[in-house]
Amino acid sequence: MHNSANMAFTLYALIQTAILFTNAIAVLHEERFLSKIGWGAEQGIGGFGDEPGIKAQLLNLIRSVRTVMRGVFFCTVLILMSVHSYDY
Amino acid sequence: MEYPVQSGFRQRKIQPEVRMRGAPVDPGDPRLLFDDTSAGGIGHRQALLSDPVSNLAMVYGSSLASHGREMMDQNLDRFIPISKLKYYFAVDTVYVGKKLGLLVFPYMHDNWEVSYQQDTPVAPRFDINAPDLYIPVMGFITYILVAGLALGTQNRFSPEILGIQASSALVWLIIEVLAVLLSLYLVTVNTDLTTIDLVAFSGYKYVGMIVGVIAGLLFGRMGYHLSLLWCCVSIFVFTIRTLRLKILSEAAAEGRLVRGAKNQLRMYLTMAIAAAQPVFMYWLTFHLVR
Repeated sequence: MHNSANMAFTLYALIQTAILFTNAIAVLHEERFLSKIGWGAEQGIGGFGDEPGIKAQLLNLIRSVRTVMRGVFFCTVLILMSVHSYDY
Repeated sequence: MEYPVQSGFRQRKIQPEVRMRGAPVDPGDPRLLFDDTSAGGIGHRQALLSDPVSNLAMVYGSSLASHGREMMDQNLDRFIPISKLKYYFAVDTVYVGKKLGLLVFPYMHDNWEVSYQQDTPVAPRFDINAPDLYIPVMGFITYILVAGLALGTQNRFSPEILGIQASSALVWLIIEVLAVLLSLYLVTVNTDLTTIDLVAFSGYKYVGMIVGVIAGLLFGRMGYHLSLLWCCVSIFVFTIRTLRLKILSEAAAEGRLVRGAKNQLRMYLTMAIAAAQPVFMYWLTFHLVR
């Protein structure tokens, strides 16, 4: 009855899970996948007068996660390259 | 000049009617967060060093120290909003006592609105409905200690267990707050609930958990189950009544039946948040009581 699933849930595991989830959301490809299931970027924008529904908010969220991760990835690559160039 | 204490639903909806709720019980000014306990005056400087050079050095040193502290305060304020956090710890004993009673027995309380004063919420010590961080933080620490005690009585204790319990409970708290934030974003609710408010509301369940575990230690499994059931129901009612005013629109919160998909969605969201509390309470404590 010893509940081991609860015991080892550390902060580090949470950070790992969060990063993996964010990455999973960021790699959903716009053209190949999301448009096929009706979740493309152009299908989300409904009327401007009405408040956006859940689907529009979700699509917004996916798009912003993708943009933010692109920026983070780009900066990381830049930093790594500049650090690496000092080896020579 | 005494400003009347106004009550209204949200800060953004303007011109709530000015309802004179009577002066607050505490004789202090409601605008002050904490009591003024300064000793008053700087004139404790004794002529220890009459040498002018060391005097100069002392003055310079003190000015350097104050400048350094100013800079540190400014920089720290950018990351952690210290002034906002102070508001949540402005409590006194009466408030804590009444709030704990409300958490365990919320059925007799009728007025759940948070009172405002000039568009800012009144400090918790003047308004029992305002969220605070004192009870959640103390509850969290007490929960860790009680968990250690419970494990110790079953000979399962080791010092690492305390750390594991603490980080595990913290992780579940973070997950819950993130889930609530995500669902509030998806439902596009115009609310003035801040992240710290959500942490406070999520932290109120530790009180019920502590009561349950202590009852389990004293009276065995039956006591644990009964007291946990009671605390789960009361936290459910407490959360619904508190969040209803913040999430739902004004008309629906007053009890009038308002049709519409949006209000229904918000009601479901409130109930989902409230239903998650007993689940977490049980999940975090059932392995402590044998």
